[in-house]
Amino acid sequence: MPGEFQLTLSQALAQRIRDHGAEAFPHECCGALLGRDSAFDSQPAEPWREVVELFRMVNRRDDSPRNRFAVTAEDVLQAEKAARQLSLDVVGWYHSHPDHPARPSQFDREHAWPWYSYIIVSVMGGAPREMTSWRLNDDRQDYAPERIEIQNGAGLDFKAGE
Amino acid sequence: MAVKVIIPTPLRVYAAKNDSADISAQTVGEALGKLTVQFGDLRRHLFTDDGKLRSFVNVYLNDEDIRYMAKEATPVKDGDVVSIVPSIAGGGAASLETARA
Repeated sequence: MPGEFQLTLSQALAQRIRDHGAEAFPHECCGALLGRDSAFDSQPAEPWREVVELFRMVNRRDDSPRNRFAVTAEDVLQAEKAARQLSLDVVGWYHSHPDHPARPSQFDREHAWPWYSYIIVSVMGGAPREMTSWRLNDDRQDYAPERIEIQNGAGLDFKAGE
Repeated sequence: MAVKVIIPTPLRVYAAKNDSADISAQTVGEALGKLTVQFGDLRRHLFTDDGKLRSFVNVYLNDEDIRYMAKEATPVKDGDVVSIVPSIAGGGAASLETARA
């Protein structure tokens, strides 16, 4: 579908996000997605985004870590520095929803930035389940689902992000 | 006063893909205002409908958070760097009762 968002990441990175979610349960985990995006290509043939590394963050919401996460500006700068060292950009963020579906909440939408990919992994009873990705629409009113394309070695395994 | 405003990665697509803009202003607030005149699509992502900086938009003058200075009225001088830095938040259930339901 024209205009559909898509994100590529390896099976190993997807597993690391799930593992982080399980490890942090019953609290929310969070981290940065480091990668590349066609927006900064001079003449991209078509839009693409690829996550090639993760940067684990500390959830700063000590008061409500089971249903909220927060990354401070200082932590964002640290993630950007880590990205630059790898000649990458921070292209998005991941977090877990303990005992809650992998759907953006109203709170997610109100606090989201445009352009970034927001990966959510649902962790039910400690076991990672569905993983989805979303991007805030330009009008800030809603999220658009982003297809997650899981890359397995030489081949590509398409997996719907919804 | 000529200052450089650093535009964060997620907003560059709304600023003709520029990572910074040179702006002439007397205060941090004026610099941000002029930036959103130059790039109108930036405005809704930096400011609320009533013109206040969004809570997860952090602004630094050189290395100082303007919240600990005079906020948007903080004066600037030639060569200063104003950085817009995101903070990130979100979460699942509206309340833990919902999560357990």
